[in-house]
Amino acid sequence: MSIHEEKKDILGQSYIYMNYQVDKKGFYGNFGGAYIPEMLVPNVEELRNRYLSIIQEESFQTEMDQLLRDYVGRPTPLYLAKRLSEKYNTTIYLKREDLCHTGAHKVNNTIGQILLARRLGKTRIIAETGAGQHGVATATVCALMGMECIVYMGAVDMERQKPNVERMKMLGATVRPANSGSKTLKDATNEAIRDWINNPVDTHYIIGSVVGPHPYPDLVARFQSIISEEMREQLIDKTGSPNPNYVIACVGGGSNAAGAFYHYLNEKSVNLIAVEAAGQGVYSGHSAATTFLGKPGVIHGSKTLLMQTEDGQITEPYSISAGLDYPGIGPMHANLFETGRAKFYSVTDGEAFNAAMLLSRMEGIIPALESAHAIAVLENIPVKKDDVVVINLSGRGDKDLMTYITRKDEFTK
Amino acid sequence: MTSTKINNKLTQLFATKKKGLLNIYFTAGYPQLEDTRTILKALQDGGADMVEIGIPFSDPLADGPIIQESNDAALHNGITLKKIIQQLQGMRDEIHIPVLLMGYINSALQYGVEKLVSDLSELGVDGMILPDLPVDEYKEKYQDLFEASNLSMVFLVTPQTSAERMKYIDQASSGFIYVVSTASTTGNEAKDLAGQKEYFERIHQAKFNNPTMIGFNIKDHASYTEACQYANGAIIGSAFIKMLGNSHLLEKDIKEFVSFVKQ
Repeated sequence: MSIHEEKKDILGQSYIYMNYQVDKKGFYGNFGGAYIPEMLVPNVEELRNRYLSIIQEESFQTEMDQLLRDYVGRPTPLYLAKRLSEKYNTTIYLKREDLCHTGAHKVNNTIGQILLARRLGKTRIIAETGAGQHGVATATVCALMGMECIVYMGAVDMERQKPNVERMKMLGATVRPANSGSKTLKDATNEAIRDWINNPVDTHYIIGSVVGPHPYPDLVARFQSIISEEMREQLIDKTGSPNPNYVIACVGGGSNAAGAFYHYLNEKSVNLIAVEAAGQGVYSGHSAATTFLGKPGVIHGSKTLLMQTEDGQITEPYSISAGLDYPGIGPMHANLFETGRAKFYSVTDGEAFNAAMLLSRMEGIIPALESAHAIAVLENIPVKKDDVVVINLSGRGDKDLMTYITRKDEFTK
Repeated sequence: MTSTKINNKLTQLFATKKKGLLNIYFTAGYPQLEDTRTILKALQDGGADMVEIGIPFSDPLADGPIIQESNDAALHNGITLKKIIQQLQGMRDEIHIPVLLMGYINSALQYGVEKLVSDLSELGVDGMILPDLPVDEYKEKYQDLFEASNLSMVFLVTPQTSAERMKYIDQASSGFIYVVSTASTTGNEAKDLAGQKEYFERIHQAKFNNPTMIGFNIKDHASYTEACQYANGAIIGSAFIKMLGNSHLLEKDIKEFVSFVKQ
């Protein structure tokens, strides 16, 4: 099925409808699919065959809604950032995912997947984590449900993100170091996939982003779509229209962006802005700006844009923000990039760092370094006075405090 | 329907020899960059019935630590798929056993699948194993190309593969079916063949069109012999790589390894 679909409008005129959602074969345009070894096929097929019917069950939705409300703290506020708006001479709202329980949007997905795992009869949960946010969100829901939890984390990241390692342990999870390759997120993901190969019957793998084989990108996007669902209602209340002029989100794998864009994908008047990490500069050799540096290829079971050598070896990304430090992007985003539906920008470590300082001083909100990339892009997009801009503030900055303290002199002008 | 179309050294071997076939996997460019041909020749001389040459990849999802490390070392040595193709130039002057290439789909995609098929066919390579290439996509995009080039495509089945899917995989495969012994990555020492009897019987009863080779966690004479009871032969990878990593006299050690397994 092509992403260009011919449909008839109510007057019977045919028009071209662009479908940005996943198709029946698990593709977003040229990207997606399930490039997995046979050992994983039964598990992934089971998930593919059952996820839609399970998440549409009334009992599932009731349980999910209740947990999101009473445990996660949803709906998260849509906050009019007055001083920031004045500075950029426009109207800026912040979608406060940083106020979710555990400190980031990641928990929206782990709540959904743990409920799904239980209905699939799984008793053991595995996950990968980079900065530790998804690991903490997974350990949290496993504690909540009394399920065994194993989190794979690159040995290098375990060293960089010690407080999150301790949080996971306190929540009862086992944190296993990934010692292969570069010992970061990409390798932690490999190790989690290998664990699943070795434990195919009792285990569910909670992927933390809109990556991996179909149906994961769609599954995670659906669980994160609560972000834009709430945005629409909140905007009607505040501005009279569900549609802003811009929705801005940072993209590593892309789960918070997928959630923030989800209900606006076919709303052409809404500009979707995805912000990647340029690291020390897009062409510095130390960057994670995948759409600028990547080519189509296969990583972690899906075809997408990824950073790689001419020989097809996946290269090491770099960003000050561990959550954006991933050499690929979700296939949905690769398609949004290729079709031009979303505009991709990149922001350097220094720009993100300074945006974090700015938001802290102007609004009293210390953002995660990841989310600071979305703030920083305000310098680069042509917002007008009458525009309404929504920035998805995906996480809070507590986890980044050491970086904010130790690298201040390096980045402040 | 497909396997009959292809006629190469692999199909010829299975037509003449039905039992006890030994297939050895090794990583190209390991332990040293230029060892590829030395190892290939020593395996043939030692009595291996066929070989799989691994294309090193930065992120080998289906592999355990031993093959991962050999991949990393080979990449560090400077191996690329282009370089492997160069190393195999003229191999058919001295190598008469079937040769397969095994790797991950991204390597083939970046090289260009059509160019790869054409280059492999020219070298006299007999087939490929790409564990993360979906069977559907192979049938849709590549099967005609492979068959026209006389190149076999080997797919995997596992203990969790349904009977229906096994049939489907058998139809798409040409050469042999790679029977993964246990739910496992390669070289997982915590897993062995004990308790797999029922699964192997099921494979045996399935009466595939293709021959079968059992691989994953086959490591020595005993496990080879056991696997051979249920299939046309067995595949050894990690145990061989481990031996290579410790070897100071490759040719001698390889021959000894093969004769020890086959006894």
